[in-house]
Amino acid sequence: MAEEYAVELRGITKTFGPVVANHNVNLNLRKGEILSLLGENGSGKTTLMNMLSGIYTPDSGTILVDGQPVTISSPQDAKRLGIGMVHQHFKLVDVFSAADNIWMGAQEAGFVLKKDRYRKIEEMTKKFGFDLDPRKQVCNMAVSEKQTLEIIKVLYYGAKVIILDEPTAVLTVQEIEKLFGVLRRMRDEGHSIIIITHKLNEVMDISDRVAILRKGEYITTVDTKDTNEQELTEWMVGHKIDLNIERPKMEKLKPLLEIRDLTIRSDEGNVAIDNVSFYIRGGEMLGVAGIAGCGQKELCEAIAGLRPIESGKMIHKGENIVGLSPKEILAKGISMSFIPEDRLGMGLAPSMSITDNMILKNYNDAKGPFVDRKAGREDAQRVIEELGVVTPSTETPVRRLSGGNVQKVLLGREIKAGPNVIVTAYPVRGLDIHSSYAIYNILNEQKKSGVGILFVGEDLDVMMALCDKILVLCHGKVMGVVHAHKTTKEELGLMMTGSLDLTHKYEDKPAGYAADSLFQEKGEEK
Amino acid sequence: MDDKLNIVTTFLHNIIVYNIPLLYGTVGEITIEKSGSLNLGVEGTMAVGAIFGYILGCYANSMVVGVLVAFLTAALCGLIFAVLTVTFQANQNITGLTITTFGLGVFFFVGNGVKAVSWPAMNNYANIQNGFADLAIPGLSNIPVLGEVLFDHNILVYLGIVIALVMWWYLKYTRTGLRLRSVGENPAAADSVGINVRRYKYLHICLGSGIMGIGGYYMGLNMNGSLSSSCWINGYGWIAVALVIFANWSPAFAMVGTVVFGFFNTLRVSGPSLAMAFPGPLGWLAGVPSQLYQALPFIITALVLIATSVKKSKNSGQPAALGLNYFREER
Repeated sequence: MAEEYAVELRGITKTFGPVVANHNVNLNLRKGEILSLLGENGSGKTTLMNMLSGIYTPDSGTILVDGQPVTISSPQDAKRLGIGMVHQHFKLVDVFSAADNIWMGAQEAGFVLKKDRYRKIEEMTKKFGFDLDPRKQVCNMAVSEKQTLEIIKVLYYGAKVIILDEPTAVLTVQEIEKLFGVLRRMRDEGHSIIIITHKLNEVMDISDRVAILRKGEYITTVDTKDTNEQELTEWMVGHKIDLNIERPKMEKLKPLLEIRDLTIRSDEGNVAIDNVSFYIRGGEMLGVAGIAGCGQKELCEAIAGLRPIESGKMIHKGENIVGLSPKEILAKGISMSFIPEDRLGMGLAPSMSITDNMILKNYNDAKGPFVDRKAGREDAQRVIEELGVVTPSTETPVRRLSGGNVQKVLLGREIKAGPNVIVTAYPVRGLDIHSSYAIYNILNEQKKSGVGILFVGEDLDVMMALCDKILVLCHGKVMGVVHAHKTTKEELGLMMTGSLDLTHKYEDKPAGYAADSLFQEKGEEK
Repeated sequence: MDDKLNIVTTFLHNIIVYNIPLLYGTVGEITIEKSGSLNLGVEGTMAVGAIFGYILGCYANSMVVGVLVAFLTAALCGLIFAVLTVTFQANQNITGLTITTFGLGVFFFVGNGVKAVSWPAMNNYANIQNGFADLAIPGLSNIPVLGEVLFDHNILVYLGIVIALVMWWYLKYTRTGLRLRSVGENPAAADSVGINVRRYKYLHICLGSGIMGIGGYYMGLNMNGSLSSSCWINGYGWIAVALVIFANWSPAFAMVGTVVFGFFNTLRVSGPSLAMAFPGPLGWLAGVPSQLYQALPFIITALVLIATSVKKSKNSGQPAALGLNYFREER
């Protein structure tokens, strides 16, 4: 007798217009196992899972749950079949309490809302071993709490099959450990789990089996214990790839950008960056680590002149840049590229072509009232060739490109201007291995030519391999600057959560002040 | 002295009598907006409810029929809006404006066409007249001044207040209300937990439109059904759209908003008599041009809009997905 799977997909095909997202995909999930779904960006992982959760319906193919063929035409169907999904972008109502977010989909809830729903949800939360205040509003929650709420929600609706779409992307090391503990316990209690992640070490750590998709097609499924990261990468990418990140060693140059006692407020008026000091030398890459929303965005915006600062100094080659307009700062050679969570929100105009986006940055150089489309097209062509952007033409709207290519265009445009300081936040956000390495190489090339780079990142493994030093932020405060090759993930994790403060490790000088600073106090000026 | 007191009492009484349609319009629009749809067709929807409710109510010689017809015909306008925006994903702003143009067109077409034959005058229909007569609440209406101001009104005033209170309770304390709010806040989240987003939008767009229709019918009755060159609704629908923001999407606060806006509205009419009664403190009212009063609600709305956008409140009742169409397979 054939093994009965919790979920089995047979020959699933899904197209969006001319784009084939999934082609003839077969996948099976055993009862009580954790299955990793691995694949590059655009390989159709999320699309496939969305067909299980009822967001999309397949064009063809069969889905079997507990051995029975089923039709899942809405999330309601999925819920009834015991399939729950924790989406990458949480599906929560911000202004509702935790309890109401669960309650709004609960079956047994009566017509009138009763106070005891809080107690019921709390009991259930405790039963599953979570810790969450049912009255807390979602908008006041940290990312990890929101994720916990999503998991509780799915469990409350009685899901036996749980799908998690890149759950670790927004978590710290400690939080990931905790999440994995939860997942293992859920597995042992008989739940079947599918987890989507880009990070190979996590795949090796958590899963029992790994299924691989490449360009919408199913490649294979293997037992995790019989494979290794190198093999998985080859399946995923289709050819051999070097997994080592290069860190070119540069001689020590003068400080390029010095930040002194900087304080910035967020849009809500809270202190986002609190008395922060650091410096970047030429040919140096300084990583900035921290939990999402710890002032990274405000810091980048302030350096680019997009956000007024509360107090402090920002010195570029010995010159104060506080109060300069974004254009003047740009003219000094400071470039900023920020990849927000939606990946299109900042820096590029999504519905404009690559050429137009190139022109956006230097339209001012053209003489007269007209834009120089010819030069813009040449710039676009050069970026496409040099960085290997995959696009039908220079006139393709940026929105149509895949995430990795969009990010290459953005970074390519910034580099083209010949900056001496690059501030880049989350440049590989959501990118697969292939595109990520392309971006690392671009940055390393810049570093070798003497550019100072501020790299705001989220993947600690990458930052430890790529950056020279890492600055850790916690709620807008500096927890210390460490040498990337000397530190450990655990140390960084502790600093990110504020449990470890290394700012006063060196008592002889104020933290974050360069010894050979180009900055002089007013009184000292000759 | 009694005379003067009477003038003040009448003034306060009229604030409610003349402006209760604003409450209907506002509560109706809140119901719709809480589902995440922005319907700018309030003016037209009220006009449609007004004209059909009035004519058919008169022919049936029954105010209940009038109210029902007004509700249903206005709900039909809502259905058009829902089909266009929910099913066919049309732009909500443009669809709403279209409903307004359409509704006013229907109003004048039906109104003028029927008038040429024989326009029903309210005086000829005793049941309607009696139905719309003031109904003093026993006991409460005997309180001096306050009794007449608050507890001596026609039944549609009470109905409007009851609808506002019920709607407030519905949104806040029922599971269906919770689900409705979730649809307006984050339809993808609502969808993912199995709430039928379309059904909720359709139902509440129609329900809200129907409530507006009753408000339109009220305006027709209050004007005795006399059809001059202008529409009965006379811009009230637009003020209602603004009042939604003023009330921070709360049906309970809609009552406060109605009274505040009604105050200025009524001052336009009662200004001269107040000036006459109190030449000392209020004499200047006689000199204020009536156009200023007409502009006041809009000026106040503009000020409220500025105030609310400056103070980005976390407690804003504005649904996060307001005005955005929801399509599950969007990527």
